[in-house]
Amino acid sequence: MNTTTLLGALLPFVPMTAGLAGLLLPPSSHTATGQDAIRRVAAILGVVGATGSLALAVALLVTVDGPAESSTTWIELGGLTVTLGVRLDGAASLIAVAVTTVAVAVQIYSIGYLRQGSPDEPDHRYPPYAAQVNLFTAAMLLVVVSGDLVMLLVGWEVMGLCSYLLIAHDRRLPEAPAAAMKAFLVTRVGDVGFLLGIALFGVSAGSFRIADVLAHEHSAATRTIACLLLLAGVAGKSAQFPLHTWLPDAMAGPTPISALIHAATMVAAGVYAVTRLWPLFEATPTALTVLGVMASVTLLLGALAATAQDDIKRVLAWSTVSQIGYLTGALAVGSPPAALFHLLTHAAFKALLFLAAGAVIHAVGTTLMSRMGGLRHSMPVTFWCTVIGLGALAGVPPLSGFWSKEGVLAAAEKAALHGDGAAPGSVGWLVWLAGLVGVAVTAWYATRLLLCTFFGTPRTPLAHPKDPAVGPWGTDRTPHDPPAVLRWPVLALAVPAALLGLLGFSNWFSRQLQPTPPAASDAMSDLMPPAGLIHLTPTVLLPLALLVVGAGLAWAGWRRGGGADPVVALGPLRSVFARAFRLDDLQRTVVVRPTVVLARTARAADERVVDGAVTGTGRAARSLGNGLDTLHRAALPRAAAAVLAGALLLGLAAALIGVTA
Amino acid sequence: MRPVIPYVTAALLFGLGGYGVLRRRNAVLVLMAVELMLNAVNLILVTADTTAKAVLPHGGQVFALFVIVLAAAEIGVGLAIVLQLYRMRASVSVDAIPLAGHPPDESARAAARPGGAAPDHPHVSGDEPEGPR
Amino acid sequence: MTAVDALLLALGAVAVGSALLVVATRHLVRAGLYLVVCLGAVAGMYLVLAAELVAWVQVLIYVGAVVVLLLFAVMLTRAPIGASDDLDRPGWPATLIGGGTGLGLAALLIDAYRWTTVQVPEAGTAERLGAQVFGSWVLPFEVLSVLLLSALVGAIVLSRPDIGTTRPARSSTGDGDEVPGERGRSR
Repeated sequence: MNTTTLLGALLPFVPMTAGLAGLLLPPSSHTATGQDAIRRVAAILGVVGATGSLALAVALLVTVDGPAESSTTWIELGGLTVTLGVRLDGAASLIAVAVTTVAVAVQIYSIGYLRQGSPDEPDHRYPPYAAQVNLFTAAMLLVVVSGDLVMLLVGWEVMGLCSYLLIAHDRRLPEAPAAAMKAFLVTRVGDVGFLLGIALFGVSAGSFRIADVLAHEHSAATRTIACLLLLAGVAGKSAQFPLHTWLPDAMAGPTPISALIHAATMVAAGVYAVTRLWPLFEATPTALTVLGVMASVTLLLGALAATAQDDIKRVLAWSTVSQIGYLTGALAVGSPPAALFHLLTHAAFKALLFLAAGAVIHAVGTTLMSRMGGLRHSMPVTFWCTVIGLGALAGVPPLSGFWSKEGVLAAAEKAALHGDGAAPGSVGWLVWLAGLVGVAVTAWYATRLLLCTFFGTPRTPLAHPKDPAVGPWGTDRTPHDPPAVLRWPVLALAVPAALLGLLGFSNWFSRQLQPTPPAASDAMSDLMPPAGLIHLTPTVLLPLALLVVGAGLAWAGWRRGGGADPVVALGPLRSVFARAFRLDDLQRTVVVRPTVVLARTARAADERVVDGAVTGTGRAARSLGNGLDTLHRAALPRAAAAVLAGALLLGLAAALIGVTA
Repeated sequence: MRPVIPYVTAALLFGLGGYGVLRRRNAVLVLMAVELMLNAVNLILVTADTTAKAVLPHGGQVFALFVIVLAAAEIGVGLAIVLQLYRMRASVSVDAIPLAGHPPDESARAAARPGGAAPDHPHVSGDEPEGPR
Repeated sequence: MTAVDALLLALGAVAVGSALLVVATRHLVRAGLYLVVCLGAVAGMYLVLAAELVAWVQVLIYVGAVVVLLLFAVMLTRAPIGASDDLDRPGWPATLIGGGTGLGLAALLIDAYRWTTVQVPEAGTAERLGAQVFGSWVLPFEVLSVLLLSALVGAIVLSRPDIGTTRPARSSTGDGDEVPGERGRSR
């Protein structure tokens, strides 16, 4: 085990220890000073855990040099081996750095966001929150460095658990528990497919180690089925159609959680898992076609739904859905490096956007954009950070989003026009066209968000926030930039959101993002994308033009309406988009209601039939006993008659048997 | 001698005794019917002595003697029970003897109260202004 | 049909007829007297069947003691003089079972013996029977004497006057089976 693998093994361990230690803290104390002490310890554990993992990730990034692997056998299940091990390459270390950076930012931000209120206000339960964020970080890092599919699954599931716990964190919100349950159940549906896919691959290869699974010659049928099953898990965790319905509702959780889990890390885990097993997916065109269709639909669905939302966090949530569609689309057209590049930039700018939105929400006291306006002058720092974030989202050069989205569109264009990639050419066309339309729509809703929130006439903000998830800063009437503990993470994230894309020019960076070739492969050439990650060809003008069109339409609509929400230009489509094409209701009718009915029937059957059989047996035995008891308690005449009748019958029987014998 | 005659007589006696046991309500009459059954059995035993060749001679008659002794013992004890029942219940109807169903103390006390004392046995129950003890 | 057969037939008819009257009559005391007739007829049959000792023991003990005891009991339980109406329970189980038993046994025995004849054996005199009882059957004889003793004791115990009164010291709750003669048990 050399330095690299040691660092990789330590990487999930540090935040996990900090998280478990944080969970051991007493939940509350009677005295105010005791409360403060617990908070301080929890904050220290949280920040130290995240920073320690960041330091390890950076060290890993520096020392990693080509794929490194180390594993030991953990369980031997009669021919199937489950190992404990790490598998590290450039992509893993880069993503580890991204995850830990966002985690540090979120931990520091949360110290201020979940501030304890006035003495009679209940604490926002900061200590368990910080511990759970650490646990979540540990689980995501486990997924990133894991060299074994079962370990990956463990990290996957722990992430789901932490997501559930954290979405439901604020118990004062009525919709939070339902949202948490919905998130858990919908991703669970995907996780079943994921588990079956892993099981299929593991059984087929005889071992769950990723290197073994990649090196083994699976049959075509096994590979296809297993890849499709794995895609179910990807769809669940990464909020792709049709398992996307949980992500907008998960915005009921605290905003830093939305930044960490639902923008930067967990939703990217599905994409990451596909890149880990990329050689298998590459050899399965069916899976890539399905992925491509899913990606295109999701891309457009998310973008269109984001245009009509009123809640600022929901706009960002649908935007996440749409951008992950770009990631999966990049995978579908056969370019994992493009997908990973956009994943990294998306982590940066989406986390930035969420944290900035959190600052706005706190200043104004509401999440609804219809009640915001004109914050440009009162919150300049937040405004400029949001501009950077939205620009990266829309793909404005030279911000990071532009370069990575270009990479995705270029890969799609290549697959469409040349059609020699892993997926069929039709998938390439689908992804490319959807991606282009998505650029225009993204620009439209990004502009709308900016205009509605920061421009226009300032509306009277609420003096006392009605939203209990919001902190107490709105107590003075004018909104202002957030305090330092919230401002610095936002500023820190603005840097990679702006500049990360330029790293694409670096050869070292491009090399890091190449997928690890399988150990026993002889054809190397097909895996290398042409000439690095940045594609500055003339076709780059097309998305730029669409961006200008989208932004211009939004701005024109705003101007024409005299400062009103440009969404009114959508007319009758507005409610359709706002409801995301009623897919939520469809899901409720098709899945939730029958399941509830089935559950009720099962429960009634269990109570009446199964339980009924058991208690009925007892009751029947007892009533039979009672009946026999009554019979037995015959008075003398009846008893005598019974005895004599019995004797007569026995005699008859004996006589008959004697006669016949 | 035709043995079928005493045999059939015994069979009919047994049937009549069984009929009497199940038909009669008075306990003493039931005991009388039981005596009929025992006599039927005795008759069969004695007749069997003539038809069957026993290893021990006169075995049937010896058995019949034993049955007579048993019947005597039985009638002694049985009549003692019947008289005791009469003392407690003031009736010897076999219908009136329930077997559990309600706590026996209550029913016994309820039945023993209404003047069921035979005059030659002073009752220990307190509410009877009986004669001098 | 020899004389022995005719005698047996006559005595049998008397026995059966009087037994029928025992179980069917509505006069309580007459039932006892009909029983005497029946037992006497049976004793007569014993005599014809050359079982002398049994016949006389029958008369002595059955007619002389048992029936007398029964009549005593009838008197002591205040039997009504004359016909009484409520002496009988419902008739159908009795008829069914009694009739079935009697006729079934009769059928069995007729089927077994038909109209065969046997020799009347040597008489069962007291000397011969005594030799048998005190020879081969002495053990059952002794047991029977113990049984008589226990019946005697039992009858005396059962006749105690204080059976039927509840003793407050006794904590037994009533359950179905009771040993007759147990002290202090109410009912």
